[in-house]
Amino acid sequence: MKLFNIIILFIVFIYLNPVNATEDKLQNKITKNLRCLVCQGQSVYDSDSEFATSLKLTIQNKISQGQSEEQIYNYLMDKFGEWIVYEPRFNKNTYLLWFLPLLIFLLGGAIISKKLINKK
Amino acid sequence: MIYSSIGYYALIFGLAISLPIFFFSIKNFKNHEILDSKIISFSFIQLLLVIVSFLGLIVSFLLSDFSNDTVFNNSHTTKPLFYKISGTWGNHEGSLLLWLLVLTLFIFIFLVRSKNLLKKYRILTVLFQQIIIIGFFIFLIDSSNPFNHTFPSPSEGLGLNPILQDPALAIHPPILYLGYVGSSIIFSSVLAATCLNYISKTWAIHIKNWILISWIFLSLGILLGSIWAYYELGWGGFWFWDPVENVSLMPWLALTTLLHCVLVLEKRSTLSSWIIILSITTFTLSMCGTFLVRSGILNSVHTFANDPERGLFILSFLFILIFISLFVFFVFHKSDEQEVISFSLFSKETSILINNWFMMYFLSVVIIGTVYPIFLDVISSEQISVGPPFYHKLIIPFLIPFLIFMALGPQLSWIRGKLDGKIYLILFLIISFLISYLILKNFGNNILINTILIGSAFYLFLTTIRDFFKKKLQNFSQNLSHFGFSLLILSILFNNIFSSEIITNLKVGETFKNKKFEIKFNDLKKFEEKNYVSFKGYFLIKENNSRENLEPELRVYNQPNIITSEADIKTTFLSDKFITMNTVQNEEYFNIRYQKKPFMLWIWISVVLISFGGVISLFKNRDI
Amino acid sequence: MKKRITSLLTISILIFVFIIFYKSLNTINFYKPKSEIKDIPQFSALSFYSNEKIDSKKIFNKDKYYLLNIWASWCVPCRDEHLILTDLNKYDKLEIIGLNYKDKLENAKRFLDELGDPYKKILLDKDGTKAIEWGAFGVPESFLIYKKKVVKKFIGPLNANSLLEIEQIIK
Repeated sequence: MKLFNIIILFIVFIYLNPVNATEDKLQNKITKNLRCLVCQGQSVYDSDSEFATSLKLTIQNKISQGQSEEQIYNYLMDKFGEWIVYEPRFNKNTYLLWFLPLLIFLLGGAIISKKLINKK
Repeated sequence: MIYSSIGYYALIFGLAISLPIFFFSIKNFKNHEILDSKIISFSFIQLLLVIVSFLGLIVSFLLSDFSNDTVFNNSHTTKPLFYKISGTWGNHEGSLLLWLLVLTLFIFIFLVRSKNLLKKYRILTVLFQQIIIIGFFIFLIDSSNPFNHTFPSPSEGLGLNPILQDPALAIHPPILYLGYVGSSIIFSSVLAATCLNYISKTWAIHIKNWILISWIFLSLGILLGSIWAYYELGWGGFWFWDPVENVSLMPWLALTTLLHCVLVLEKRSTLSSWIIILSITTFTLSMCGTFLVRSGILNSVHTFANDPERGLFILSFLFILIFISLFVFFVFHKSDEQEVISFSLFSKETSILINNWFMMYFLSVVIIGTVYPIFLDVISSEQISVGPPFYHKLIIPFLIPFLIFMALGPQLSWIRGKLDGKIYLILFLIISFLISYLILKNFGNNILINTILIGSAFYLFLTTIRDFFKKKLQNFSQNLSHFGFSLLILSILFNNIFSSEIITNLKVGETFKNKKFEIKFNDLKKFEEKNYVSFKGYFLIKENNSRENLEPELRVYNQPNIITSEADIKTTFLSDKFITMNTVQNEEYFNIRYQKKPFMLWIWISVVLISFGGVISLFKNRDI
Repeated sequence: MKKRITSLLTISILIFVFIIFYKSLNTINFYKPKSEIKDIPQFSALSFYSNEKIDSKKIFNKDKYYLLNIWASWCVPCRDEHLILTDLNKYDKLEIIGLNYKDKLENAKRFLDELGDPYKKILLDKDGTKAIEWGAFGVPESFLIYKKKVVKKFIGPLNANSLLEIEQIIK
């Protein structure tokens, strides 16, 4: 389920396709991306602490009010800080986080192709 | 009381034994032709002493000797016998003693099984291993002593965290540690081999067994942890990308890379610097994992006590080891410029390089994702979470070419492969994507990346199946592991795409109904067990024509006082039915979650297949 | 030469990693949201006694300090905290507003009968969503409010220290 949602997210990311997920699915997707503050290390989706149950309700209300996923994240980050979302925002604090692995991939590719070309 | 003292003194004497081992090793290094048998004898004595110490702790647990702090903090008289024993390594001190036990055990096995190898190499390996062993002895005796006393002896212990009282988790640490610590032999051995410029085909054949051993145990250890997480944590997830899980994945990725690399070295003397770096990395990551987990600097579901003093010790020790290995590498290693790299673009060597390239990328994603929040917190005191979405976004797209290369690689031969007569490879590719497209279309899940991902996993699946028939027993182990991997990816994907779940609040007697399922809450009964009170819910699930009775539980443990929710899972060949219930604050309702998860069993089976490939390879090597 | 550069580079990276890990050893790894000065959220909730809807705008509008306290009868630390609240009740400059979190009405009433009622008003938060508006994640949590801004946030039960702190602020 998690993976599936991420895949959807990924598609949206690339193709900007509107996803016609039902409200339920959207709620699950959002709660899976939120970290519970009580039993830290679990997602709100996985947790059954009081906080998590209330948060699920809040999110349900917000979805039925027609708020978008992004609006809900922004609302919660405003209340609880960036820590609450599992997917790090893309900003000056996290450029390195997102790009360093890709940089390493490119570097590795360069080393290998250099090795392969050199010996010819 | 007496057993704790025996255990403690066994530790002290065990440490003292390192002295004669050092002495005879250095004396023997230059003088004689053959290995001094005293080294083996003393290693054996050291092993025995650690075993005695370990038994001392186990007996203290069995007798519930609460004068021992470790027992007091982690055990209780009402705890079942099995968990009294597993409680021995279910805590910080005991688990470190287990580390030490495996360290001494492995070096002894190494000594016994390496008779045909260069004497100097064997001695140096022992010496490097002794450095690690001494470090752990000091750590145990100095700051994590499992045999600390309390006087007067308390009459009752604090108990073991109930979520740890579980059969899978009871054997998880020993298995995982065999994997972690197995890499210490690789580490010591690669340093010894570097000093002697002994990195060669002979060495590769010999070290491959050790790589396989730790790889198999690490894979199984991760599997056990994952199975445990599946039914004990959360709602049917089995991998949360939690830092503590990542920490076990990191050495596994490095080991897998190393395993592939050694295959090249075994055939041709090339890539030696890379192999040295990888071997060092593997053990460093195992130690780093121990540090991150034991120091408690990670914020994780798996709670471990935060102890800066212990953390500092492991950290310093870890860096001492890293600097020793760097010193050895930079001073002794002759760079392999003289090595003639001669293989064509289409060869197994190239495909292994590509494997290494992707594996290193995956490893870097996991490392960076795990430690980045720590770095950010220290540098800018901003706190962020790095969770599943991050890993999925960075890993999944790269999985596609990875799977395709994984299918192609074994089809090529060493040095110079040809692609002639391999039209079936293209044919398979087309078939795979067609199957994937049809399956997803049939189920109304038409998402491009899913299609491509499942298609490439099918591709690997088909090519490995063809190899089972075409190549028969040649390369069987490798083929089995690759087949297992394709099955793993397919099961995970199908599991994620086709899972369905229901979340609802019910009270006894009520029924939930939707188009697909009907869930009836029949009854709730109370049972008194040895160390907990159990509230069992009786549910009837109807789906089409099938009826299933499921009985999830809420357990109220007495010591420590914790409520846990035990899922009831009905596993069948094709899918798992998974139900949990939880209390709702101040309501007579229970929160019920029901999930139907297809191919769950296959996720476990495929990991077993992957590891089993390793086991076969190990036994094949023994014959040679 | 190339070897020297690589070795120096590796060593400096490692030293950097060591320093970071060393520093992180002493930080607490349990996350708590930062307490920044923020405007109070707008919401409306049912009143504990009268069962009428009260708008948040109508509560925090006097030239006074307010202490919004999230509590529940089932929350154990709330019992100790209650003594401090009773203590604080003596200040005229301070009004204590309760937010009753996920509670049963009769239990909450029994709790107050037993320990006294320091609250000027009590609002009901039956499903816990109001607490989320406040950025709270558990019981008890308290917010010291002045001029519609949160001056200070207390996560967990108030204790002698927080009592002093509050007294100093409102003086």
